[in-house]
Amino acid sequence: MAALQDKYKELIDAAQAAGTSNLKVNELDGVLHIEGEAPTGAVKDQLWNIYGKIDPNFLTGDVVMNINVATAVAGAKLKVITESSNLNIRKGPGTDQPVVGKAAHNEIVSLISKQSDQWWLIRTDAGEEGYAYAQYLQPVE
Amino acid sequence: MIMKLKHLTTVILSVGLLFMISCKSKPKDADIQAAVTTALQSSPGVSADVKDGVVTLSGSVATQADKDAAEAAVKLNQGVKSVVNNVTVAPPPPPPAAPVEVTADDSLKTAVASIVKDFPGIQADVKDGVITITGEQKADRWKKLKMALDALKPKKVDASGLKVK
Repeated sequence: MAALQDKYKELIDAAQAAGTSNLKVNELDGVLHIEGEAPTGAVKDQLWNIYGKIDPNFLTGDVVMNINVATAVAGAKLKVITESSNLNIRKGPGTDQPVVGKAAHNEIVSLISKQSDQWWLIRTDAGEEGYAYAQYLQPVE
Repeated sequence: MIMKLKHLTTVILSVGLLFMISCKSKPKDADIQAAVTTALQSSPGVSADVKDGVVTLSGSVATQADKDAAEAAVKLNQGVKSVVNNVTVAPPPPPPAAPVEVTADDSLKTAVASIVKDFPGIQADVKDGVITITGEQKADRWKKLKMALDALKPKKVDASGLKVK
């Protein structure tokens, strides 16, 4: 077993045990790439906690972990998890696109579709529709 | 003396005849083995063991069809009484690991910039798929940033120049 997979064995094992689908673990130039779809946001949090335990503050730079949450499907309710500010809703997927609306911090919105891993098309309860940055949206379970 | 010789000849002849008959009706295991081995040339990974005309197949093949084919090829040979098919069907090997997908620098730069702007105190640089992070950040905020950056499919996130408060 490669040294990196050995170092992060607990993380990989936990991902498997928690039912992460499409789990891919690959090594590229000394960096372990872990990809998959966690069944819940709690599993994703758990995996990040294990990663942080093995590599405190994620400073070694020997892992790139991209775990999506399976519940983030069309129609799902999403919570706006910005630090405190409003989340911009834009006309198109990109920060160069005009802002067409805003969702408040902690507001619940609906997922219409995923344009990419980064940009999701959402709709607010007020009926505003547009693209928002996925990092600030967390599926409500 | 003549009688004795005649008797001996009869004995020798009968023994010879018996031998020939037994040979013809019951091929030796060695002969079966040779025939079966030839027949199995089209079934790599399968080997045969012959005992009293019973052929035992062993080894490992990729599919059930290969296993059946090996048994069929062996059965056709003369002298084979029965076939014990102990060949195992191995599960298909896992597909080769997909190469790691790394986002091209241009789109990576745009995406990194749109994320990092929400993290005052952080500078980011992108080169050859590697995101280099410098500056200062609180641990929980850095975790959020790292999660966001990893989702961009970079080759590496180098935070050796980052100070975590």
